[in-house]
Amino acid sequence: MTSGPTTALFDYAPAPEAIGIAPIANSYDLFIGGQFVPPVAGGRLATVNPATEQILTEVGLADAADVDRAVKAARRAQEGWARMRGRDRGKLLFRIARLMAERSRELAVLETLDNGKPIRESRDVDIPLACAHVFYHAGWADKLGYAGLGANPRPLGVAAQVIPWNFPLLMLAWKIAPALATGNTVVLKPAETTPLTALRFAEICQQADLPPGVVNILTGGPQTGAALISHPGIDKVAFTGSTEVGRSIQRTLAGRVPVTLELGGKGANIIFEDAPIDQAVEGIVEGIFFNQGAVCCAGSRLLVAEPIVEVVVEALQRRLATLRLGDPMDKNTDIGAINSPDQLARITSLVAAGVAEGAACWTSPAPLPERGYWCAPTVFTGVHQTHRIAREEIFGPVLSVLTFRTPAEALAKANDTTYGLAAGVWTEKGSRILAIAEGLHAGVVWANTYNRFDPSSPFGGVKESGYGREGGPQGLAGYVHAD
Amino acid sequence: MPTESRSEPVRVDVRKTCKLFINGAFPRSESGRTYVVADSRGRFLANAALGSRKDARDAVLAARAAQPRWWGATAYNRGQVLYRVAEILEGRREQFIDEVSRGEGITRARAAAQVAESIDRWVYYAGFADKVSQVLGSANAVAGPYFNLSVPEPNGVMALIAPERPSLLGLVAITAPALAAGNACVIVASQAHPLPAIGLSEVLATSDVPGGVVNILTGSASEIGPWLAGHRDVDALDLTGVADAALATDLVQRAAGSVTRVRLADPAEDLTRVPGLGRLRFTCQVKTVWHPIGT
Repeated sequence: MTSGPTTALFDYAPAPEAIGIAPIANSYDLFIGGQFVPPVAGGRLATVNPATEQILTEVGLADAADVDRAVKAARRAQEGWARMRGRDRGKLLFRIARLMAERSRELAVLETLDNGKPIRESRDVDIPLACAHVFYHAGWADKLGYAGLGANPRPLGVAAQVIPWNFPLLMLAWKIAPALATGNTVVLKPAETTPLTALRFAEICQQADLPPGVVNILTGGPQTGAALISHPGIDKVAFTGSTEVGRSIQRTLAGRVPVTLELGGKGANIIFEDAPIDQAVEGIVEGIFFNQGAVCCAGSRLLVAEPIVEVVVEALQRRLATLRLGDPMDKNTDIGAINSPDQLARITSLVAAGVAEGAACWTSPAPLPERGYWCAPTVFTGVHQTHRIAREEIFGPVLSVLTFRTPAEALAKANDTTYGLAAGVWTEKGSRILAIAEGLHAGVVWANTYNRFDPSSPFGGVKESGYGREGGPQGLAGYVHAD
Repeated sequence: MPTESRSEPVRVDVRKTCKLFINGAFPRSESGRTYVVADSRGRFLANAALGSRKDARDAVLAARAAQPRWWGATAYNRGQVLYRVAEILEGRREQFIDEVSRGEGITRARAAAQVAESIDRWVYYAGFADKVSQVLGSANAVAGPYFNLSVPEPNGVMALIAPERPSLLGLVAITAPALAAGNACVIVASQAHPLPAIGLSEVLATSDVPGGVVNILTGSASEIGPWLAGHRDVDALDLTGVADAALATDLVQRAAGSVTRVRLADPAEDLTRVPGLGRLRFTCQVKTVWHPIGT
């Protein structure tokens, strides 16, 4: 082997997923009261495939009048939904989970077309987890008295839910499943740039004969979300997105209704000198390059024990050079497209700030396609705590490498952030794992692994990463009057 | 004078200067201000310290510094310390009955019931300290070869605004769960009836509660509250004592700056009854730890 065993790339023949399984109509309406209805004002919004820059279709742009209709539909449905026996509510959710699984390939294709993430990820992660989330919560519907929330936890009423573009269907499932299991009805606004799987989900609700109004889907932009959370008829707000918007939601609501917020992060991934390096490198890749780094819990700050930093960075760069960037519909693709030009611009400007502040920048040699929005995996070394790339959430495939000498320094650096969503620790020493896990200010800690999710495992942050949990019995607490 | 010489001399009693309780010490307000505390008929009881922004910041600083050691102590130890608070309080029942009945203008019997429930509430949470993780945590059966455990951890520094009444029990009802879960607290006491809170600070100071874990400010919630709500080192805000909707709105909005979680006053809540888990749940956030299973 002339090029050396570690750098040789096999040539892969393209293995594109067939897109015919997910036909896309020319236009989509809003889903209100069990029906697809056009927006009152007739507004429309295009949604684009970020890998090709081609317009996929157009969806309704909901305004305040549509929000009002949807909230009223949800209100009308709520009492009957809450009164339905828990086992029957559960069976409807089981039915939805099964329908999602039956249409999983279609949903995966649609997700990848709309979001730009590799089909491998939407097929193997997003959609199966979304199905599992609904299935898990279906089972809670008739067992709420055992969830540690009192003998008879009552629903809050109508939940307003606003979700981001990074895991469109999965975030929808995280929001809708616990709300419905506990007897709430919902008005959900998917992200402006990724509305398509939510609309497919609306079709699934119809196929499942879910009572009209229990789920309402309003596509639209930021004004749609603002109108929804400020509507006087809602009883709960659940939001996943940026810390900036989370703050403004708390200000707007001012305690009027309960709110749960799942916001940004700047996760530290701590590698001790006794860590299994090869596994850690896989974990680092999983931590920051999964979903193009557009993960709120991404391990975007790598804290490496000083003696092994060169070994780790070299192994990491070698591994990153093998990641295949390109057509998200290709089953061999590891790194897909960035979801929108706005997001790409934000990533690019923070990368530029990293260079300007003096960190050393390494970029994967992967060629970028001509069209679409792309960012090659990027690693900064020599990063200081004060650098913007170590403090601000980039939400892209950009890793900042810092070093530490003692466990205490590792913890201090890991916690030196306004965020507190997730963190990782890699070491073979069990007692150290437990001590570091306890010392980290984060809602989720992955030890010798990273970016694992499960419906039974509560997810959510502390500090400016928000409050409230999603998943597990703790996640139900955000949707009921508990004792 | 013949009449005077026949009776016992009247002893002049020693009155207490009412101070703040910050970092285990009893300072006056740095502002030098006091306000008059009157009984229910308007008669003078004492001058209490009128806490200021600076006092609030000092208290948050003390709480932040003290919290890791309090949380780092074993839950068993925290439970013992809280039980010790009940023991000391029991020995001073008469003092508190006196302060509660005079301050709130209620009968001694009703004040005695309030004091008794306050003592019992400490015992209740003393016994909860080492059960919080079992009641609010969970071992999660994830779909994969992972050990997955969710454990409640304290918010950190909590700012609590105590209700005007019941002046002792209201304070205990919001403080004890926060301490059981491992938080450090900055408390704004009942403005109109602060004497039981001042008495409680003396109990806490002699109960092995480490200095700084509980800090009690007397004064105006509407003056001190905004500084606490907007303080970036305050991790959670309990507004049980804020009945004024406009003030509550202002405090929630200030708390939004650092995305601080807030618990609002619930008019339906009866503080005299042992609560469900809601209070305890608000004092913690759940942390979930994953680890692969393998050989």
